[in-house]
Order: sequence, then structure tokens, then C-alpha cells
Amino acid sequence: MSKQILSLLPDLGKAFWETFQMVGISLSLALFLGVPLGLLLFITDKGLFWENKIFNTIGGVLVNIIRSIPFVILLVILLPLTQKLVKTTIGPLAASVSLSVAAVVFYARIAEASLREVDKGVIEAATAMGASIPQIITQVLLVEALPGLIRGFTVTAISLIGYSAMAGIVGGGGVGDLAIRYGYYRYQMDVMAATVVVLIILVQIIQTLGDYSAKTADKA
Amino acid sequence: MPYLNGLKTNTVNRENTGCREINPPLLLPAALFLRENMIKFENISITFNTKSDAVRAVKNVSFEVNKGEIFGIVGTSGAGKSTLLRTVNLLERPASGKVSVDGVDITSLDKKSLRRARQKIGMIFQHYNLVHTKTVYDNIAFPMRISGKNGKEISKKVPELLEIVGLSDKARVYPGQLSGGQKQRVGIARALANDPHLLLCDEPTSALDLETTRSILELIRDINKRYGITVLLISHEMDVIKSICSRVAVMSGGEVVELNDVYSIFSNPRHEITKQLVRNSLNLEIPDGILGNMKGSLVKVLYRGPSALNPVISNAIRKYPVDINILHGRIEYINNQPIGILLVNLRGENSEVTKLIKYLKDNTASTEVVYEQTDIKPAS
Repeated sequence: MSKQILSLLPDLGKAFWETFQMVGISLSLALFLGVPLGLLLFITDKGLFWENKIFNTIGGVLVNIIRSIPFVILLVILLPLTQKLVKTTIGPLAASVSLSVAAVVFYARIAEASLREVDKGVIEAATAMGASIPQIITQVLLVEALPGLIRGFTVTAISLIGYSAMAGIVGGGGVGDLAIRYGYYRYQMDVMAATVVVLIILVQIIQTLGDYSAKTADKA
Repeated sequence: MPYLNGLKTNTVNRENTGCREINPPLLLPAALFLRENMIKFENISITFNTKSDAVRAVKNVSFEVNKGEIFGIVGTSGAGKSTLLRTVNLLERPASGKVSVDGVDITSLDKKSLRRARQKIGMIFQHYNLVHTKTVYDNIAFPMRISGKNGKEISKKVPELLEIVGLSDKARVYPGQLSGGQKQRVGIARALANDPHLLLCDEPTSALDLETTRSILELIRDINKRYGITVLLISHEMDVIKSICSRVAVMSGGEVVELNDVYSIFSNPRHEITKQLVRNSLNLEIPDGILGNMKGSLVKVLYRGPSALNPVISNAIRKYPVDINILHGRIEYINNQPIGILLVNLRGENSEVTKLIKYLKDNTASTEVVYEQTDIKPAS
């Protein structure tokens, strides 16, 4: 048994690298596009400084639509876009396209919720000090929401590992794909067990790191 | 120089409180030249639109706050005082009317000038509103960074501010580790960071216990004295007003119902709301049981100003054959002037009691019979 797993090591390594690529790309995009999107959804809401009902409603509905599509279906729907963007629909890079779309809207909602948690009084105090809107965003809102943003980032990262397994269906590769191919199609339960164990450890590490960073950022 | 003159006028004003009101027409021409008011509210109205209708939170309010004074706005919750305060730095834009701060109409400023103006108006809040994820040091440095001060200025100023509020050892601590009173001190230091000429206090002690309230109010008064910063403070507690304000506006239902120096408000409240607030603060209640067993009449005697020091009661006892029993009494010092209130029970011949009451009326600020037991037996 152990021999079998040992022979699988190169495959396992490759699968991990693919998972890492998919999660890494989509997570980075979630951070760089999701936070601004969440921020926009937040500050265009009623009573805030860029109050804009039309933008807020359209943005909110759009995010909800994408979020309500099951990921497997989103993968398929986005195939034409993937083809256009990366010239192929197979491989981790192709899978990253739909993963990223899902990740961005997912994290945008989480970021919006974290920003909503920021004490309105603190925003008011900054306004009273004569802070400009960009100053309030960068020096109050994002700073105060940081613990929530980190916790949300952890949740997003772990969800993406799960999603990336589904990406294997369209030939994205990765650890999930490995588990399905060996464990499900070839009945090699030990291989599947091994990948699951590895995934559990990976998720634990991410969760621990995330909790620790959130705790460090949270001074309340 | 005009600024100094403004301050001087104020000092006179403060010392005079109570005995006599300064004649406004006399000061008016000087005020025009010296711009001695720090805040000027002109016909301020604020309307909140709710789903069903529009609520008028502030109705046509006009008054002025002098340079260098501590001015209070008092009223029950929902009276519109907080809303009015927030028009001074335009956190709330009035539906109509004009607010001038140090001669500048704040409602007419463009965004950039408004931010500049706000930097010179410090504000402290009931719930402190500190940035939780910044240290005490960074919280205080924050307004300076906003206004573009350089690092050198900041590292010089912040320790000074910490010193003023007595928190020099807490620079590296986060607000979450501080007590309420300490948080408010950080709030005050933060409000002073950009050398404001005006400090707005929105219920600054309402979340604090008595002892801490006293120390925070002392700090505010100290800052007002040392730096000549005008203070506009709102509170629902008459006690807060009594301990630091020189003048006060009483608000009810969005209107200013009475405005006077604090001593006059306490010694001679005119409006029903003011009377109620003063009564709550002075707390002169006699239990019903005692009132029921009492014989004769119950008289409330009020002393104020220098007359409070005359031995009126002692003279009255000597002059008239009437028994005087003191049931309740209190002397308050407001801006260093005494107000005395006594509830006394008088028993004796009707005619003598009447004469005594007249004597008291002539020699005290006010004397009123508040209760009379019909079955009066002459004391023998």
C-alpha cells in the first residue's frame, strides 16, 4: 500500500502545484478585485458617502446572481470566456478563470459585511476631523475592518480549495481531481484517503494561520 | 488683539453671571467690530424625512456662543440638541439657516475648505469613537496626519497632548485596554491635536460614572482656561451644565425655550421645562408621610447672590413669635455664587405667620408657600 502511494508521489506533487496555482490566482484576484467591489457596494449604500441607489442595486443583484449559480454550472457557462482569455479550456490556468469569478464575488460580499461592522461613530469622528473620503477609506474603514477581512479571506481560501476540486471536472487538475481519478474511477481507496488527509492538513494550516493573523490584527 | 478683546468681554460676562444681565445693546456695536462670537446660529431648521412624514428636529434656532466661554445645551433626549451641535461642523447640514464659526459661514464652504475648517474644530463623543485598531499614540496622531503635519511635528505634539490628559504611560496601548474615562481622555487629546479654537462635546460624560465624570469635566474646564478654547457642550444632565458651563440654552421639541447664564437658569428658571430640569437637579423632595403629619405651612425660601450670606432665618426667629422648623435645605455654588434653598415649616398665629412670610419675601430672592395644612392650631 505504502509502495503504491510512494509511486504516486510525483503525481501528488504535480496535483498540489496545480491546486496551488488555481487557488493562488483566484485568491489574489479576490483580494485585488473583491475588496474594492465590496467597498463600492458598502459606500454606495444608503447613508454613506457615495450613496448611489442605482449602482448599489445593480451591483448587489449581479453579485447575487453569480453567487447563486452552482459552481459546476458557472464553470461551464464561463467556458467561452475562458477560451477567449487563456486560449484553452483545459488545465489549471483555464480553471482559474471561473474560480476567480466565483472568488471575487464571494469575497466582495464578505468584505462588504466586514466593512459594515465598522463602528459608524468612528467614521463620523474621522469626518469631523476633516478627513477626506480616500483618507477615511484607507486609514479608518480598511484598518478597522482588517480582522474581519482576514477571517473572510481564510474562509474564501478554504472554499476555493473545495471549488478547485470541482475544477478537475473540466480538466483543471489539482488534488481533488487526483482523488476522484484514483479513488473513484479506479477504486484505489488508499490513494483517495491519502489525498483527503493531505487536504485536511492543508485546510487546518490555512485556518490556523488565518485565525492567528486575525487575532493579531484585532485589538478590541 | 480683537481676539483678546473678545476674551476680555467674556470674562466680564462670566463674572457678572447671576446678579444682573449684561445689557446686550451696549455690547452689540463692539461685537460687530470684534467678532466676539465664536458660533452664530441663525434661523437653523433641520428636518428628517422618515417614510411616513417629515420630522422637524430643530426649529428656527438662533443664538450665539461667545469666544472663550463654555456654553451648554441641555434638554431631554429627542430635544434636538445633538442634531443642532452637529451643524457646527456640518456633520448635519441644516435644511435652512446659517451657522458661522469664527465669522465664517460654514454652510457656504466648498468641500476642501470645509475639511480645513473641520480640522480646527475638535469634537468628542459620548462613545469616544476611537479607532480600535490604532494605538493611543496613533489615534492622537491621526488628525495631524490627516491635516498633513510632518512626522517631526507629530512626534513632538503627541507626547505633549498625552501629558495634558494625563496618559503619558499609555501611548503604546490599544483603546480596548483602557477604561471609559481613559478612552474619553484619548478622545480629548485627539480633539486637541490640530490646535482647535472650538471644542464640541456631544454628551461627553453620559457613559461615565460620577467620579470619572467629574475628572473629565475638570479636564475640559482646564483646557478651556489654559488655551482659551471655546467649548460647546451638550448634555441631558443639569449637573454637568452646572459644574462647568457659564451659559446654557435649554432645548425642548427642537426649540430653544430658554437661554441664560447658568446661575440665573438655576436661581430663576422661567420655562416649565427648565423648572423641571432644575428641580430634578436640586432634588428637594419631602416624603408624603412627613408632609401629611406636618402642621402649619410649608414655605420654600430661595436665596441667591450676596443675600444668601445674610442670617435671614435667624433674624426672623428673633423678630416674630413663630416656630420655624427646617425640613430640607441645600446650598449650591454655581460659578462660585451661592444659591440656597430651604424648605421650612412655620407654625404660629396666622397673622404672625403672614408677617413673617412677608419679612422673608422682602429679604430673600423668593419665598413661596408650597403647602398649607388647613387645620392650623396656634402654637402656645
